[in-house]
Amino acid sequence: MKAQSNDTIAAISTATSAAAVSMVRLSGERAIEIADSIFVSMSGKKISEIKGYSALYGEVFDKKGKFDTAVALLFRAPKSYTGENVVELTVHGGMYLVKRLLRAALDRGARLAEAGEFTKRAYLNGKMSLSSAEATAALISAKGEIEAKAALRAADGRLSRQSDEIAQSLVTLLGEISAYCDYPDEDIVDVSRETLIKTLTAVKEELSSLTSGFERGSVALSGVDTVIVGSTNVGKSTIMNQMSGFEKSIVTDIAGTTRDIVEDTVSVGGFVLKLSDTAGIRETSDVVESMGVKRAKERIESAALIIAVFDSSREISDEDREIIELTKDKNTIAVINKNDLETKNDIELIKSSFKNVVEISAIDKSSGEALESAITSALNKFKLDDGAMVIINERQYDCVKRALYDINDALASAQNGVEPDMIGITIEGALSSLYELSGKKTSDAVVNEIFSKFCVGK
Amino acid sequence: MRDYSVAVIGAGHAGAEAAFAAARLGERTALFTINLDAIANMPCNPSIGGTAKGHLVREIDALGGEMGKVADKTFLQSRMLNRGKGPAVHSLRVQSDRVKYHVEMKHRLELQDNLDIIQAEIISVEKREDKSFVITTALFEKYTAKAVIISTGTYLKSTIHVGEASYSAGPDGHLAANELSNSLKALGVTLRRFKTGTPARVHRRSIDFSKLEVQYGDEKISPMSFETKGELKNRVVCHIAYTNAKTHEAIREGLHRSPLYSGRIEGVGPRYCPSIEDKVVRFSEKPRHQLFIEPMGEDTEEMYLQGMSSSLPVEVQEKMYRSIEGLENVEIMRNAYAIEYDCCDPTELFPSLEFKKIEGLYGAGQFNGTSGYEEAAAQGLVAGINAARKIKGQEPVILKRSQSYIGTLIDDIVTKGCTDPYRMMTSRSEYRLYLRQDNADLRLLPLGYEIGLINSERYERFLVKKEQIKKEIERLNATGVAPSDELNAMLVSRETSPVKNGATLADLIRRPQISYDDLKPFDKQRSELDAEVCEQAEIEIKYEGYIKKQAAQVEELHRLEQRKLSPDIDYCTVEGLRLEAAEKLNRIKPLSIGQAAGISGVNPADVAVLIIRLGSKGE
Repeated sequence: MKAQSNDTIAAISTATSAAAVSMVRLSGERAIEIADSIFVSMSGKKISEIKGYSALYGEVFDKKGKFDTAVALLFRAPKSYTGENVVELTVHGGMYLVKRLLRAALDRGARLAEAGEFTKRAYLNGKMSLSSAEATAALISAKGEIEAKAALRAADGRLSRQSDEIAQSLVTLLGEISAYCDYPDEDIVDVSRETLIKTLTAVKEELSSLTSGFERGSVALSGVDTVIVGSTNVGKSTIMNQMSGFEKSIVTDIAGTTRDIVEDTVSVGGFVLKLSDTAGIRETSDVVESMGVKRAKERIESAALIIAVFDSSREISDEDREIIELTKDKNTIAVINKNDLETKNDIELIKSSFKNVVEISAIDKSSGEALESAITSALNKFKLDDGAMVIINERQYDCVKRALYDINDALASAQNGVEPDMIGITIEGALSSLYELSGKKTSDAVVNEIFSKFCVGK
Repeated sequence: MRDYSVAVIGAGHAGAEAAFAAARLGERTALFTINLDAIANMPCNPSIGGTAKGHLVREIDALGGEMGKVADKTFLQSRMLNRGKGPAVHSLRVQSDRVKYHVEMKHRLELQDNLDIIQAEIISVEKREDKSFVITTALFEKYTAKAVIISTGTYLKSTIHVGEASYSAGPDGHLAANELSNSLKALGVTLRRFKTGTPARVHRRSIDFSKLEVQYGDEKISPMSFETKGELKNRVVCHIAYTNAKTHEAIREGLHRSPLYSGRIEGVGPRYCPSIEDKVVRFSEKPRHQLFIEPMGEDTEEMYLQGMSSSLPVEVQEKMYRSIEGLENVEIMRNAYAIEYDCCDPTELFPSLEFKKIEGLYGAGQFNGTSGYEEAAAQGLVAGINAARKIKGQEPVILKRSQSYIGTLIDDIVTKGCTDPYRMMTSRSEYRLYLRQDNADLRLLPLGYEIGLINSERYERFLVKKEQIKKEIERLNATGVAPSDELNAMLVSRETSPVKNGATLADLIRRPQISYDDLKPFDKQRSELDAEVCEQAEIEIKYEGYIKKQAAQVEELHRLEQRKLSPDIDYCTVEGLRLEAAEKLNRIKPLSIGQAAGISGVNPADVAVLIIRLGSKGE
């Protein structure tokens, strides 16, 4: 039915890290043609000659000639992920081969897919609903376990179920208000102020839990801003190295982060930590007071997690004290780096200032685990109980947030003695925002409600 | 063979407004009716207005229509419904003298220049090669017209059902128009069957009014028309009665004899106006249903039993009516009946009410699948205006959803269609706080003037009123009141807090408990203004926050409505639209993205696709 052709897109669709095999996916009207121009099967059959859901084994070529053996898997439109013709060409692992394959496909007329474009096409071709598409997109780019879970839940339709339930209680309320207004001569009882306030309060709570779930969850999703502080040469690099040994986050590009100071991202306990270090600011200065550099303070202020590093082999300096003062009431892990040298530091002062104290040693490999578990427990407050995270993206958050705004407004009016039908207008606004999640129409819903629940008419 | 510019077929509430509009816009117009004595008849409720319907009448008036003026001249009792509620749902409703209303409207039509009224049954409308139409009467007289408006109401191939009996007839014993349907089908109009019903008319002397509740009209009457001045007086009262277990038993016993339940009626009945048997079946838990007893006129003893429409056999009707307290000895003069009729599918119409596939042919009123005199009149006005404009080569007038109930009604039926007769309701308008009955002139009168149905004298008066409202709002915002014992006593008596440091008059009006009138003793500079001016100032101030919010929404919709779509787009070729949306859009062919957004099955993402792919082209 799409008379106008979509151009054919291609992208490397497996992780760019080391793996046994790597795959390039082609989607669009010319996917088969392009694949046939770079892939030659052992059997001599062309991809264009086989049925959907079947595969061919063969070799891939570019201008310089054959460069690998490969498997071609064909999905014919509309029975494919995107709803278009899709060919997946799988070659051996490693970036070199797969990049060469992609280049070959692009040379033959495919266009490099934009981020999420396969999913976008799947959605635009009616292969999935908007919230499923969003959920899948989030899943693909899931940065940690918690986000992946939230994404799965949304794909499960949990948000639409919850928002539909909330919407239904508003529809019921509006049905009552409207029936009373549209049929003033019928013996219909008006909605009491108590009912109004009760229902609105309940809705407010549900919406608030949705938004706060997202707000807390977005810390988990977009990564935990983590600052490493410590005076010069306390062994921050040791810590960085220790942490870099943690499971590597696959995320390379996190929107909205202050990229310039994020030095690394690691994955700990289901969270993505965006590590940054305040060293650059301080090391240029030898004056202790420079600890008070505004920017460093701001970083500490806004960080979700602070790792304060101290050296056990040195006396506690004024700078250390300053650091303790700045960080002790925050979500801070104090790390005492034990050199093999003798302990001169007053460890007790540090231990009494922080709840979370870890002693590590560069030589002791197991101390990394102690740090990891300390971080995990410090992040517990961001941990989402199963179910708290239902909203997964900004669009959904925006819809629910607008609904909540209107409900708060309606509640204030109800408490202030405004007529129910006037409040109804505000409630309708909230309902429209919620319906944006599922694409329903507010006035239809209310009118149907009136007719199904009330015996009205001349 | 006489040649007309516009031919209107059917002279009910839609046809009358259509004929006035076309003739007043200078087009030579013929108004055909099957019977001159059926012009602007009220075959159901003897009443005009009601919730949302009162809004329509005010809007018709602001655009230069006739309904409000005739209603004011012939009303028996007037009430502003929902007065205790917010201003968005205040709605005017009058009991009308059915015969006087008909006579008044007929006479006005007769006096209208450019308009011929012809009693004839039209049996065919055919298109000629030059795009004009030939209209043939049952007597084989022929007329030509450049544009034709179909406003056949419940007369088109109508069948009356009462119990086991059914027969071909229009309402109130008039003839049915049985031939026209075939010729409309031949033109390409899709017809379907709808059904409606009406209760019995009974003799006044057979009612024991001492057993009934009385319903009085308003003490201070607001007229329907912005043009009506001077004092208006109620002339009758209405009464309220209730059904009971015995009534419901009589209905259930007779139910098997209903043509609805035996399946003889195929037409779809209105949800908002169920027959009493429908109410009893669907809402069996309700112990009683309310009915209103309304006089049909001053020169008749006939009384209308609102709320008790039925198609049960007459003997069952008699039994159920007589089971009601106060109606024990009631004498039926005209029995209740159901009527089935042909109507079109309004999604085949543009918002101008012209058929998409048949240039020059327009539909209005019940023929379009709506119900109600006011809904009909509103469409008649729009069809009449647009038929005239078409002939003049002007762009059609398309009333917006965000601008009027009329626009909402038309948008609803042409965009979403209707599966049962469509009735206007305030809950259908998402902009009802802005689309109030009290400001219909502020919203639409300038448009009526632009169209040419409002004369400059009325327009000048309107401008004066508008200016007075503006000045009064400014004054109320700028004028302070000092705290005084009297003021605080009044405030406290209204259960609101006293003022310590003084406040502006506007601040006090914003309090839900305080009205403009309450402040009169404390507002020394208040000048004598028209009640309408004071009302506007008060509402604008009191609900300012809400109105501003709604204005922002209206603005947003305007933006979408401004983004035009050509009816020639094939949505199957629009990249990115879901199949369901493309099919719906191809069926409706919306004229703007705003209209497209209202189609069920078109979701916000589809709208986004339209905005990206088409909106920018500005077609």
